[in-house]
Amino acid sequence: MWNDFVTQFWPSTIDGLTNGSIYALVALGYTLVYGVLRLINFAHSEIFMIGTFASLFVLDWINISGPQTGLALVGVLLMMLAVSMAVSGGSAVLLERIAYRPLRKRGASRLAALISAIGASFFLQELFAIWQGRDQLSIPRVMDKEVLFNIGSGQVRNDKLLVVVAAILMMIALDRFVNGSRLGRGIRATAQDPDTAVLMGVNIDRVVLVTFLLGGMLAGVAAMLYGVFFELTQYNVGFLLGIKAFTAAVLGGIGNIRGALVGGLALGLIENYGASFFGSEWLNVVAFSVLVLVLMFRPTGILGENLQRARA
Amino acid sequence: MRRAYSRGLVAAAAASALVLSACGGDDGDDGGDAGGGGGGQELTIGFMGAQTGTSAQLGINISNGVELALEQHNAKSGVTKVKLIKYDTQGDPAQATNQVKKAVTDKIVALVGPAFSGESKTGVPILEEAGIPNISPSATAVTLASNGWKTWHRVLANDDVQGPGVADFMAKTLSAKNVAVIDDQSEYGKGLADAVRGQLEKNGVKVAVNDSISPDEASYSATINKVKPANVDALFFGGYYAAGGKLVKQLRDSGVQGTFVSGDGSLDAAFVTGGGEAAEGALLSCTCSSAVGSTDPEVQKFATDYKAKFNADPATYSAEGYDATNAILQAIDAGKTSTEDINTYLDTIDFKGVSKQIKFTDTGELEGDLLFITEVKSGKLAFLGDTATAKPSS
Repeated sequence: MWNDFVTQFWPSTIDGLTNGSIYALVALGYTLVYGVLRLINFAHSEIFMIGTFASLFVLDWINISGPQTGLALVGVLLMMLAVSMAVSGGSAVLLERIAYRPLRKRGASRLAALISAIGASFFLQELFAIWQGRDQLSIPRVMDKEVLFNIGSGQVRNDKLLVVVAAILMMIALDRFVNGSRLGRGIRATAQDPDTAVLMGVNIDRVVLVTFLLGGMLAGVAAMLYGVFFELTQYNVGFLLGIKAFTAAVLGGIGNIRGALVGGLALGLIENYGASFFGSEWLNVVAFSVLVLVLMFRPTGILGENLQRARA
Repeated sequence: MRRAYSRGLVAAAAASALVLSACGGDDGDDGGDAGGGGGGQELTIGFMGAQTGTSAQLGINISNGVELALEQHNAKSGVTKVKLIKYDTQGDPAQATNQVKKAVTDKIVALVGPAFSGESKTGVPILEEAGIPNISPSATAVTLASNGWKTWHRVLANDDVQGPGVADFMAKTLSAKNVAVIDDQSEYGKGLADAVRGQLEKNGVKVAVNDSISPDEASYSATINKVKPANVDALFFGGYYAAGGKLVKQLRDSGVQGTFVSGDGSLDAAFVTGGGEAAEGALLSCTCSSAVGSTDPEVQKFATDYKAKFNADPATYSAEGYDATNAILQAIDAGKTSTEDINTYLDTIDFKGVSKQIKFTDTGELEGDLLFITEVKSGKLAFLGDTATAKPSS
């Protein structure tokens, strides 16, 4: 046990950070929407799923011949990224329009919105199941997977590095946006006190729209990275990942943007360390035990702070 | 939450099926025993297995074999025409109970299926009660034969043959010395992997890594990090094709060498598409035979006819589905039209099918214990023959 943990420490760390980065990007979508609307957007996992399909369609459309290198690779990656972000962001906005805004306008309870979210999640899953079939679909390989350098016994592969670096860059961009821009200030104001924000001239509909758009776009980034890294998708690909990402959001402190990053990376690491220590069948047991322990001592998650109180 | 919801649906469906079957029981039992065979009269047989859902491809392979056998039979003159009803279980044992009840009220005279072991466990007791003879083309769980079922048969050897057989193959033909055995924690995958582990150790092969994956998880990194430092020369995976394809890809991407070996659950074209180049050279065992690449003219004819009808090569269990149907059709051709007579006739059957010799023991098991190996070559499943003669290229 202990020996396994030691020998697998570096590989586990690298894989933990890679998986954790994807969790973190999806977790941001949960956290942003929760921060502003106090709503758990259960359909967010489907926004992610739609993004993976968008990535697949891009590659089908350009009819990629095989792994690319150099500029061609950068071009393909950027194209996947742009389409995936646009489609996921657009779907999230549409979802808000159709499934949540009508309820919000009528002053329905938060529980009604939650049911609406679950319904939307079902609807989108089944839509893709009927359209694309229920089988796992392969996403073509866009980059050769090469080992760049070693840390201890762990090999750092180019695709893993891409996932981690891209995720962290996105986090920084989001953090700057929310804490530095006018719209970001609107988001923070609405999170703090929606009624007062309206009185101060904040356009709530616009803020909510932007929140969904941001969450969706980040899910699109996660989806594109997922496509490059795991090279597969399926109508229910978001289900398990959504649960993991939601867990990461809660672990880091739901409503807290930096918390989502910390929670995602922590969850990825805990899973891999736990599995190397106890065996892979205990992976989820270990991860959720840690979640329960953290919440016992820090009920608001590791960072605990809410978006409403987030400072620059 | 989603799980609970779908379970509710199943419960509702089960309740309505109960009502339906109760109604069915009231209108008498004159269907099954009527008539004495020959022209004019039409009989109905059933097929039961997944037609939708994640394992649908396996079910479709079988039902295609069934349809082909029926078409060839009905094209002959002077025979009792036989009609087919397909019962879709989605591969779900709970659905199977509903579908079996439906089959009983439809008064089918025999059934090809239930396809999977889980479905057989829940479905066959009801068929047994109704006395409907059933031949599974694909259920391999060992315990199925020990229930004392009189109507149950299968046209392939069980997992007791597969596990030890593939372990012997790894030890002898592949000369593996140091292996990893991974399972997917399912009843099938874990059972098969445990049988392989036991037999490998009997052969003096070192099982360096024992681990399990959660098949739905995107990343199997934790398992791979265990396998990597062990430098194994072969790896066995007990589980289904979707996870198998993902696993082999992630293993190769991480630089793990060694022959990838898996069982019939991974024997599907989707394993090759999922694994991509990484699947190349993988060896898949099955107690089912493959019609593709056979030199036997009768088997070749089956493969060409199949291809002509479905525009696809026969795949896993197609030949078994065809043979199971022909066993039933032989009974019907011999003038047996009641469920009882067909069931008795099946005990005497002994013919050369396209998959293998078809002859049942008194428990309904197939006689003989052949295990076959298929290799992934240039992105295709290439049939290598039984374990004694199979020669992998790598």
